[in-house]
Amino acid sequence: MRAAASILPLAFDRVDLAVDGRRLVADLSFALAAHGTTVLLGPNGAGKSVLLRLAHGLLAPTAGAVRWGGDGGRIAGTKRHAMVFQKPVMLARSARANLTHALAAAGLGWSARRARADAALARFDLGALAERPARLLSGGEQQRLAIARAWALDPEVLFLDEPTSQLDPHVTRVIEEMLRGLAAEGRTLVMATHDLGQARRLADRILFLAAGRLVEDAPAAAFFHEPSSREAVAFLAGDLVV
Amino acid sequence: MEFAAVLTAGWDLVRGATPGFWPIVALSLRVTLTAVGLAALLGLPLGALVAVVRFPGRGAVVVLVNTLMGLPPVVAGLVVYLVFSRSGPLGTLGWLFTPTVMIVAQTVLVLPIVVALTRQVVEDLWREYAEHLRSLDLAGIAAVPTLLWDARFSLATVLLAGFGRASAEVGAVLIVGGNIAGHTRTMTTAIALETSKGDLPLALALGGVLILLTFAVNAVAWTAGRFGARFAAHTPG
Repeated sequence: MRAAASILPLAFDRVDLAVDGRRLVADLSFALAAHGTTVLLGPNGAGKSVLLRLAHGLLAPTAGAVRWGGDGGRIAGTKRHAMVFQKPVMLARSARANLTHALAAAGLGWSARRARADAALARFDLGALAERPARLLSGGEQQRLAIARAWALDPEVLFLDEPTSQLDPHVTRVIEEMLRGLAAEGRTLVMATHDLGQARRLADRILFLAAGRLVEDAPAAAFFHEPSSREAVAFLAGDLVV
Repeated sequence: MEFAAVLTAGWDLVRGATPGFWPIVALSLRVTLTAVGLAALLGLPLGALVAVVRFPGRGAVVVLVNTLMGLPPVVAGLVVYLVFSRSGPLGTLGWLFTPTVMIVAQTVLVLPIVVALTRQVVEDLWREYAEHLRSLDLAGIAAVPTLLWDARFSLATVLLAGFGRASAEVGAVLIVGGNIAGHTRTMTTAIALETSKGDLPLALALGGVLILLTFAVNAVAWTAGRFGARFAAHTPG
Protein backbone atom coordinates (compact mmCIF):
# COMPACT_ATOMS: atom_id res chain seq x y z
CA MET A 1 0.00 0.00 0.00
CA ARG A 2 3.03 2.33 0.38
CA ALA A 3 3.45 4.76 -2.48
CA ALA A 4 6.85 5.30 -4.03
CA ALA A 5 6.51 9.08 -4.10
CA SER A 6 7.34 11.00 -0.96
CA ILE A 7 5.82 14.00 0.78
CA LEU A 8 9.18 14.81 2.35
CA PRO A 9 10.96 17.06 2.89
CA LEU A 10 8.93 18.94 5.45
CA ALA A 11 10.34 22.41 5.90
CA PHE A 12 9.61 25.04 8.55
CA ASP A 13 10.69 28.46 7.36
CA ARG A 14 10.85 31.05 10.14
CA VAL A 15 7.50 29.96 11.54
CA ASP A 16 5.80 32.02 14.23
CA LEU A 17 2.50 31.35 15.95
CA ALA A 18 0.97 33.99 18.17
CA VAL A 19 -2.40 33.75 19.90
CA ASP A 20 -3.92 36.85 21.45
CA GLY A 21 -0.59 38.60 21.12
CA ARG A 22 1.32 35.83 22.86
CA ARG A 23 3.94 34.04 20.80
CA LEU A 24 3.66 30.30 21.32
CA VAL A 25 6.51 29.48 18.94
CA ALA A 26 8.91 31.84 17.26
CA ASP A 27 11.28 31.70 14.32
CA LEU A 28 11.14 27.93 13.88
CA SER A 29 13.28 26.79 10.98
CA PHE A 30 14.29 23.24 10.20
CA ALA A 31 13.86 20.61 7.53
CA LEU A 32 12.85 17.00 7.86
CA ALA A 33 14.02 14.98 4.92
CA ALA A 34 15.18 11.58 6.08
CA HIS A 35 13.17 8.72 7.49
CA GLY A 36 13.62 7.65 11.08
CA THR A 37 12.44 9.00 14.39
CA THR A 38 12.75 12.66 15.27
CA VAL A 39 11.98 13.50 18.86
CA LEU A 40 10.85 16.95 19.93
CA LEU A 41 12.29 17.36 23.35
CA GLY A 42 11.82 20.12 25.83
CA PRO A 43 10.05 21.11 29.02
CA ASN A 44 6.30 21.68 29.29
CA GLY A 45 5.25 24.75 27.37
CA ALA A 46 8.29 24.65 25.09
CA GLY A 47 6.10 24.51 21.98
CA LYS A 48 6.41 20.81 21.09
CA SER A 49 2.69 20.16 20.67
CA VAL A 50 2.24 23.42 18.79
CA LEU A 51 5.01 22.46 16.37
CA LEU A 52 3.32 19.11 15.70
CA ARG A 53 -0.01 20.80 15.05
CA LEU A 54 1.59 23.31 12.72
CA ALA A 55 3.23 20.50 10.79
CA HIS A 56 0.02 18.47 10.61
CA GLY A 57 -1.99 21.49 9.50
CA LEU A 58 -4.19 21.80 12.58
CA LEU A 59 -2.73 25.24 13.22
CA ALA A 60 -1.71 27.86 10.70
CA PRO A 61 1.39 29.95 11.30
CA THR A 62 0.94 33.66 11.84
CA ALA A 63 4.29 34.25 10.13
CA GLY A 64 6.62 32.12 8.06
CA ALA A 65 5.65 28.99 6.18
CA VAL A 66 5.31 25.24 6.59
CA ARG A 67 6.07 23.46 3.33
CA TRP A 68 5.78 19.85 2.29
CA GLY A 69 7.63 18.24 -0.59
CA GLY A 70 4.37 16.74 -1.82
CA ASP A 71 1.21 18.68 -2.51
CA GLY A 72 0.60 19.94 1.04
CA GLY A 73 1.59 16.58 2.45
CA ARG A 74 -0.59 14.74 -0.06
CA ILE A 75 0.07 12.45 -2.95
CA ALA A 76 -2.62 12.15 -5.60
CA GLY A 77 -4.95 13.96 -3.22
CA THR A 78 -4.39 11.51 -0.37
CA LYS A 79 -3.07 12.90 2.88
CA ARG A 80 0.10 11.02 3.79
CA HIS A 81 0.63 12.26 7.30
CA ALA A 82 -1.38 11.38 10.39
CA MET A 83 -1.37 12.29 14.04
CA VAL A 84 -1.77 10.51 17.36
CA PHE A 85 -2.75 12.73 20.26
CA GLN A 86 -1.66 12.69 23.88
CA LYS A 87 -5.17 11.84 24.99
CA PRO A 88 -6.59 9.57 22.31
CA VAL A 89 -9.86 10.78 20.83
CA MET A 90 -12.14 7.77 20.70
CA LEU A 91 -15.39 8.03 18.79
CA ALA A 92 -18.45 6.62 20.56
CA ARG A 93 -18.26 3.46 18.50
CA SER A 94 -16.59 0.08 18.56
CA ALA A 95 -12.83 -0.22 18.12
CA ARG A 96 -13.30 -1.48 14.56
CA ALA A 97 -15.75 1.32 13.74
CA ASN A 98 -13.17 3.86 14.90
CA LEU A 99 -10.87 2.47 12.24
CA THR A 100 -13.44 2.20 9.47
CA HIS A 101 -14.60 5.75 10.15
CA ALA A 102 -11.07 7.12 9.60
CA LEU A 103 -10.71 5.00 6.47
CA ALA A 104 -14.06 6.18 5.13
CA ALA A 105 -12.90 9.76 5.65
CA ALA A 106 -9.82 8.88 3.61
CA GLY A 107 -12.08 7.75 0.78
CA LEU A 108 -11.77 3.95 0.98
CA GLY A 109 -14.73 1.88 -0.16
CA TRP A 110 -16.63 -0.36 2.26
CA SER A 111 -14.86 -3.65 1.60
CA ALA A 112 -11.41 -2.05 1.41
CA ARG A 113 -11.82 -0.28 4.72
CA ARG A 114 -13.16 -3.37 6.43
CA ALA A 115 -10.11 -5.35 5.25
CA ARG A 116 -7.70 -2.57 6.18
CA ALA A 117 -9.31 -2.12 9.60
CA ASP A 118 -9.01 -5.85 10.32
CA ALA A 119 -5.37 -5.75 9.21
CA ALA A 120 -4.71 -2.86 11.58
CA LEU A 121 -6.46 -4.59 14.46
CA ALA A 122 -4.37 -7.71 13.86
CA ARG A 123 -1.14 -5.73 13.39
CA PHE A 124 -1.53 -4.06 16.78
CA ASP A 125 -2.92 -7.10 18.59
CA LEU A 126 -6.37 -5.60 19.00
CA GLY A 127 -8.37 -8.25 17.16
CA ALA A 128 -10.04 -9.52 20.33
CA LEU A 129 -11.24 -6.00 21.13
CA ALA A 130 -12.66 -5.23 17.68
CA GLU A 131 -16.28 -5.03 18.76
CA ARG A 132 -15.65 -3.52 22.18
CA PRO A 133 -16.76 0.08 22.77
CA ALA A 134 -13.61 2.12 22.15
CA ARG A 135 -14.33 4.40 25.09
CA LEU A 136 -14.44 1.48 27.46
CA LEU A 137 -10.94 0.30 26.56
CA SER A 138 -8.10 0.93 28.98
CA GLY A 139 -5.80 3.91 28.43
CA GLY A 140 -3.13 1.70 26.91
CA GLU A 141 -5.61 -0.06 24.64
CA GLN A 142 -7.02 3.27 23.51
CA GLN A 143 -3.57 4.56 22.63
CA ARG A 144 -2.79 1.34 20.73
CA LEU A 145 -6.06 1.77 18.89
CA ALA A 146 -5.20 5.39 18.11
CA ILE A 147 -1.85 4.25 16.68
CA ALA A 148 -3.58 1.46 14.75
CA ARG A 149 -6.04 4.01 13.37
CA ALA A 150 -3.21 6.24 12.22
CA TRP A 151 -1.30 3.28 10.77
CA ALA A 152 -4.39 2.16 8.85
CA LEU A 153 -4.22 5.42 6.92
CA ASP A 154 -0.76 4.37 5.71
CA PRO A 155 0.99 7.63 6.58
CA GLU A 156 4.51 8.32 5.40
CA VAL A 157 4.93 10.71 8.33
CA LEU A 158 3.34 10.05 11.70
CA PHE A 159 3.15 12.78 14.33
CA LEU A 160 2.84 11.63 17.94
CA ASP A 161 2.12 14.04 20.76
CA GLU A 162 3.44 12.51 23.97
CA PRO A 163 1.71 9.21 23.23
CA THR A 164 2.81 7.51 26.45
CA SER A 165 2.63 10.35 28.93
CA GLN A 166 -0.45 8.92 30.66
CA LEU A 167 0.57 5.27 30.53
CA ASP A 168 2.32 2.96 32.95
CA PRO A 169 5.87 1.68 32.23
CA HIS A 170 4.72 -1.69 30.89
CA VAL A 171 2.29 -0.18 28.40
CA THR A 172 4.85 2.46 27.52
CA ARG A 173 7.28 -0.31 26.59
CA VAL A 174 4.64 -1.96 24.41
CA ILE A 175 3.89 1.33 22.64
CA GLU A 176 7.58 2.06 22.14
CA GLU A 177 8.00 -1.38 20.56
CA MET A 178 5.16 -0.54 18.19
CA LEU A 179 6.78 2.76 17.30
CA ARG A 180 10.08 1.02 16.53
CA GLY A 181 8.14 -1.29 14.27
CA LEU A 182 6.58 1.66 12.43
CA ALA A 183 9.98 3.25 11.94
CA ALA A 184 11.33 -0.06 10.70
CA GLU A 185 8.59 -0.06 8.05
CA GLY A 186 10.19 3.08 6.65
CA ARG A 187 7.78 5.59 8.14
CA THR A 188 8.99 8.90 9.48
CA LEU A 189 8.04 9.45 13.10
CA VAL A 190 7.99 12.87 14.72
CA MET A 191 7.25 12.54 18.41
CA ALA A 192 6.98 15.06 21.21
CA THR A 193 8.05 13.99 24.67
CA HIS A 194 9.62 15.36 27.79
CA ASP A 195 10.70 11.88 28.83
CA LEU A 196 14.46 11.80 28.48
CA GLY A 197 14.63 8.02 28.74
CA GLN A 198 12.14 7.61 25.93
CA ALA A 199 14.00 10.09 23.78
CA ARG A 200 17.24 8.16 24.34
CA ARG A 201 15.54 4.89 23.44
CA LEU A 202 13.75 6.02 20.30
CA ALA A 203 15.32 9.10 18.78
CA ASP A 204 17.54 9.27 15.74
CA ARG A 205 17.42 13.03 15.84
CA ILE A 206 16.54 15.55 18.51
CA LEU A 207 14.88 18.90 18.06
CA PHE A 208 15.23 20.58 21.44
CA LEU A 209 12.81 23.41 22.15
CA ALA A 210 12.62 25.87 24.98
CA ALA A 211 10.27 28.81 25.41
CA GLY A 212 8.86 28.39 21.91
CA ARG A 213 12.19 28.42 20.13
CA LEU A 214 14.21 25.70 18.49
CA VAL A 215 17.34 25.73 20.56
CA GLU A 216 19.16 22.71 19.25
CA ASP A 217 18.85 20.37 16.26
CA ALA A 218 21.23 17.44 16.43
CA PRO A 219 21.60 13.69 15.94
CA ALA A 220 20.40 11.97 19.10
CA ALA A 221 23.80 10.54 20.06
CA ALA A 222 25.47 13.92 19.71
CA PHE A 223 22.71 15.71 21.60
CA PHE A 224 22.88 13.42 24.61
CA HIS A 225 26.68 13.14 24.55
CA GLU A 226 27.53 16.75 23.97
CA PRO A 227 24.65 19.22 24.02
CA SER A 228 25.64 22.58 22.66
CA SER A 229 23.12 24.91 24.28
CA ARG A 230 22.97 25.85 27.93
CA GLU A 231 19.20 25.14 27.95
CA ALA A 232 19.80 21.59 26.77
CA VAL A 233 22.60 21.10 29.27
CA ALA A 234 20.29 22.28 32.04
CA PHE A 235 17.41 20.09 30.81
CA LEU A 236 19.60 17.00 30.62
CA ALA A 237 20.90 17.76 34.10
CA GLY A 238 17.31 17.88 35.38
CA ASP A 239 17.40 21.59 36.08
CA LEU A 240 14.38 23.81 35.55
CA VAL A 241 14.31 25.22 32.03
CA VAL A 242 11.85 28.02 31.28
CA MET B 1 -66.33 16.25 41.14
CA GLU B 2 -65.61 12.74 42.28
CA PHE B 3 -62.49 10.76 41.50
CA ALA B 4 -64.73 7.84 40.56
CA ALA B 5 -66.34 9.96 37.84
CA VAL B 6 -62.93 10.66 36.37
CA LEU B 7 -62.05 6.97 36.39
CA THR B 8 -65.37 6.06 34.78
CA ALA B 9 -64.90 8.68 32.08
CA GLY B 10 -61.38 7.39 31.48
CA TRP B 11 -62.53 3.79 31.25
CA ASP B 12 -65.27 4.81 28.80
CA LEU B 13 -62.66 6.52 26.66
CA VAL B 14 -60.34 3.55 26.55
CA ARG B 15 -63.05 0.94 25.85
CA GLY B 16 -64.44 3.04 23.01
CA ALA B 17 -67.70 4.05 24.66
CA THR B 18 -66.98 7.73 23.97
CA PRO B 19 -67.63 8.34 20.26
CA GLY B 20 -64.77 9.83 18.25
CA PHE B 21 -62.12 9.32 20.93
CA TRP B 22 -59.68 7.05 19.08
CA PRO B 23 -59.71 9.21 15.92
CA ILE B 24 -58.74 12.14 18.18
CA VAL B 25 -55.86 10.13 19.61
CA ALA B 26 -54.77 9.06 16.12
CA LEU B 27 -54.88 12.62 14.81
CA SER B 28 -52.98 13.92 17.83
CA LEU B 29 -50.23 11.37 17.31
CA ARG B 30 -50.16 11.93 13.56
CA VAL B 31 -49.82 15.71 13.91
CA THR B 32 -47.29 15.58 16.73
CA LEU B 33 -45.07 12.84 15.34
CA THR B 34 -45.06 14.35 11.84
CA ALA B 35 -44.15 17.76 13.26
CA VAL B 36 -41.34 16.26 15.34
CA GLY B 37 -40.14 14.31 12.30
CA LEU B 38 -40.06 17.44 10.15
CA ALA B 39 -38.36 19.41 12.92
CA ALA B 40 -35.77 16.64 13.20
CA LEU B 41 -35.12 16.61 9.45
CA LEU B 42 -34.55 20.36 9.43
CA GLY B 43 -33.34 21.01 12.95
CA LEU B 44 -30.71 18.34 13.50
CA PRO B 45 -28.48 19.36 10.57
CA LEU B 46 -29.17 23.06 11.17
CA GLY B 47 -28.24 22.82 14.84
CA ALA B 48 -25.11 20.84 14.02
CA LEU B 49 -24.08 23.40 11.41
CA VAL B 50 -24.47 26.26 13.87
CA ALA B 51 -22.35 24.24 16.30
CA VAL B 52 -19.39 23.64 13.99
CA VAL B 53 -19.39 26.43 11.41
CA ARG B 54 -18.13 29.88 12.34
CA PHE B 55 -19.82 32.73 10.46
CA PRO B 56 -20.55 36.40 11.07
CA GLY B 57 -23.61 36.83 13.24
CA ARG B 58 -23.40 33.30 14.67
CA GLY B 59 -23.84 34.62 18.21
CA ALA B 60 -27.00 36.45 17.20
CA VAL B 61 -28.36 33.30 15.57
CA VAL B 62 -27.70 31.30 18.75
CA VAL B 63 -29.46 33.91 20.90
CA LEU B 64 -32.39 34.10 18.46
CA VAL B 65 -32.87 30.34 18.36
CA ASN B 66 -32.61 30.09 22.13
CA THR B 67 -35.22 32.84 22.41
CA LEU B 68 -37.55 31.07 20.00
CA MET B 69 -37.53 28.03 22.27
CA GLY B 70 -39.88 30.04 24.43
CA LEU B 71 -42.10 31.15 21.55
CA PRO B 72 -45.67 31.33 22.87
CA PRO B 73 -47.81 28.79 20.99
CA VAL B 74 -50.61 31.28 20.43
CA VAL B 75 -48.17 33.67 18.75
CA ALA B 76 -46.85 30.88 16.53
CA GLY B 77 -50.43 29.90 15.78
CA LEU B 78 -51.38 33.45 14.94
CA VAL B 79 -48.43 33.88 12.55
CA VAL B 80 -49.16 30.58 10.81
CA TYR B 81 -52.83 31.54 10.66
CA LEU B 82 -51.99 34.83 8.94
CA VAL B 83 -49.66 33.12 6.49
CA PHE B 84 -52.25 30.49 5.53
CA SER B 85 -55.40 32.61 5.77
CA ARG B 86 -57.18 33.35 2.52
CA SER B 87 -55.50 36.74 2.14
CA GLY B 88 -52.12 35.47 3.37
CA PRO B 89 -49.11 34.62 1.18
CA LEU B 90 -49.89 30.89 1.23
CA GLY B 91 -53.67 31.24 1.42
CA THR B 92 -54.19 29.71 -2.01
CA LEU B 93 -53.04 26.36 -0.65
CA GLY B 94 -56.27 26.11 1.30
CA TRP B 95 -54.57 24.46 4.27
CA LEU B 96 -56.22 26.50 7.01
CA PHE B 97 -58.34 24.36 9.38
CA THR B 98 -56.70 21.17 8.16
CA PRO B 99 -54.33 18.79 9.94
CA THR B 100 -51.61 19.87 7.51
CA VAL B 101 -51.46 23.41 8.82
CA MET B 102 -51.55 22.06 12.38
CA ILE B 103 -48.39 20.12 11.52
CA VAL B 104 -46.85 23.31 10.15
CA ALA B 105 -47.69 25.21 13.35
CA GLN B 106 -46.27 22.52 15.59
CA THR B 107 -43.14 22.26 13.44
CA VAL B 108 -42.64 26.01 13.93
CA LEU B 109 -42.85 25.47 17.68
CA VAL B 110 -40.63 22.38 17.86
CA LEU B 111 -37.95 23.46 15.37
CA PRO B 112 -36.23 26.04 17.63
CA ILE B 113 -36.06 23.49 20.45
CA VAL B 114 -34.43 20.92 18.18
CA VAL B 115 -32.00 23.45 16.67
CA ALA B 116 -30.98 24.99 19.99
CA LEU B 117 -30.53 21.75 21.93
CA THR B 118 -28.81 20.04 18.98
CA ARG B 119 -26.37 22.93 18.76
CA GLN B 120 -25.49 22.52 22.41
CA VAL B 121 -25.10 18.73 22.25
CA VAL B 122 -23.09 18.80 19.04
CA GLU B 123 -20.91 21.70 20.17
CA ASP B 124 -19.92 19.75 23.29
CA LEU B 125 -19.04 16.72 21.18
CA TRP B 126 -17.22 18.85 18.61
CA ARG B 127 -15.03 20.25 21.38
CA GLU B 128 -13.96 16.69 22.14
CA TYR B 129 -13.66 15.44 18.55
CA ALA B 130 -12.39 18.57 16.76
CA GLU B 131 -8.69 17.79 16.50
CA HIS B 132 -9.20 14.19 15.47
CA LEU B 133 -11.83 15.03 12.86
CA ARG B 134 -9.82 17.94 11.49
CA SER B 135 -6.85 15.60 11.30
CA LEU B 136 -9.03 13.46 9.02
CA ASP B 137 -9.96 16.55 6.97
CA LEU B 138 -13.47 16.44 8.42
CA ALA B 139 -14.24 20.00 9.41
CA GLY B 140 -17.32 22.20 9.09
CA ILE B 141 -20.12 20.54 7.14
CA ALA B 142 -18.01 17.43 6.58
CA ALA B 143 -17.94 16.78 10.33
CA VAL B 144 -21.71 16.99 10.74
CA PRO B 145 -22.65 13.37 9.86
CA THR B 146 -20.06 11.98 12.30
CA LEU B 147 -21.18 14.29 15.07
CA LEU B 148 -24.88 13.65 14.56
CA TRP B 149 -24.32 9.90 14.51
CA ASP B 150 -22.15 9.83 17.61
CA ALA B 151 -24.52 12.13 19.48
CA ARG B 152 -27.59 10.17 18.39
CA PHE B 153 -28.61 9.01 21.86
CA SER B 154 -28.41 12.50 23.33
CA LEU B 155 -30.26 13.79 20.27
CA ALA B 156 -33.04 11.27 20.87
CA THR B 157 -33.62 13.08 24.15
CA VAL B 158 -33.71 16.36 22.23
CA LEU B 159 -36.43 14.96 19.99
CA LEU B 160 -38.33 13.75 23.03
CA ALA B 161 -38.23 17.29 24.39
CA GLY B 162 -39.69 18.42 21.06
CA PHE B 163 -42.33 15.71 21.27
CA GLY B 164 -43.24 16.89 24.76
CA ARG B 165 -43.63 20.45 23.56
CA ALA B 166 -45.80 19.41 20.59
CA SER B 167 -47.98 16.88 22.38
CA ALA B 168 -48.83 19.31 25.18
CA GLU B 169 -49.47 22.24 22.88
CA VAL B 170 -53.00 23.60 22.47
CA GLY B 171 -52.89 27.28 21.50
CA ALA B 172 -51.43 27.00 18.02
CA VAL B 173 -53.42 23.99 16.84
CA LEU B 174 -56.60 25.55 18.19
CA ILE B 175 -56.05 28.73 16.16
CA VAL B 176 -54.99 27.14 12.88
CA GLY B 177 -57.02 23.91 13.16
CA GLY B 178 -60.22 25.33 14.55
CA ASN B 179 -60.96 22.28 16.75
CA ILE B 180 -63.40 20.84 14.21
CA ALA B 181 -64.91 17.58 15.44
CA GLY B 182 -63.76 14.59 13.42
CA HIS B 183 -61.39 16.73 11.38
CA THR B 184 -58.94 18.81 13.40
CA ARG B 185 -59.79 17.96 17.00
CA THR B 186 -56.82 16.76 18.99
CA MET B 187 -56.56 15.61 22.57
CA THR B 188 -55.43 18.98 23.85
CA THR B 189 -58.12 20.93 22.01
CA ALA B 190 -60.70 18.39 23.17
CA ILE B 191 -59.54 18.90 26.76
CA ALA B 192 -59.91 22.67 26.33
CA LEU B 193 -63.39 22.18 24.87
CA GLU B 194 -64.63 19.79 27.56
CA THR B 195 -63.28 22.10 30.27
CA SER B 196 -65.15 25.04 28.79
CA LYS B 197 -68.30 22.89 28.63
CA GLY B 198 -67.88 22.02 32.29
CA ASP B 199 -67.33 18.29 31.72
CA LEU B 200 -64.33 18.19 34.02
CA PRO B 201 -64.25 14.40 34.53
CA LEU B 202 -64.00 13.86 30.78
CA ALA B 203 -61.39 16.62 30.46
CA LEU B 204 -59.34 15.10 33.24
CA ALA B 205 -59.69 11.62 31.79
CA LEU B 206 -58.50 12.92 28.41
CA GLY B 207 -55.56 14.54 30.18
CA GLY B 208 -54.71 11.26 31.88
CA VAL B 209 -54.77 9.38 28.58
CA LEU B 210 -52.55 12.06 27.02
CA ILE B 211 -50.05 11.72 29.85
CA LEU B 212 -50.10 7.93 29.49
CA LEU B 213 -49.48 8.21 25.76
CA THR B 214 -46.58 10.60 26.33
CA PHE B 215 -45.21 8.26 28.97
CA ALA B 216 -45.46 5.34 26.56
CA VAL B 217 -43.61 7.18 23.80
CA ASN B 218 -40.87 8.22 26.23
CA ALA B 219 -40.58 4.72 27.67
CA VAL B 220 -40.25 3.17 24.21
CA ALA B 221 -37.65 5.77 23.20
CA TRP B 222 -35.71 5.33 26.44
CA THR B 223 -35.68 1.54 26.15
CA ALA B 224 -34.66 1.68 22.50
CA GLY B 225 -31.93 4.16 23.41
CA ARG B 226 -30.55 1.94 26.16
CA PHE B 227 -30.45 -1.11 23.88
CA GLY B 228 -29.06 0.95 21.03
CA ALA B 229 -26.38 2.49 23.20
CA ARG B 230 -25.29 -0.92 24.41
CA PHE B 231 -25.00 -2.34 20.92
CA ALA B 232 -23.53 0.77 19.34
CA ALA B 233 -20.67 0.98 21.80
CA HIS B 234 -21.74 4.27 23.24
CA THR B 235 -20.88 5.38 26.72
CA PRO B 236 -22.49 8.35 28.32
CA GLY B 237 -20.56 11.47 29.13
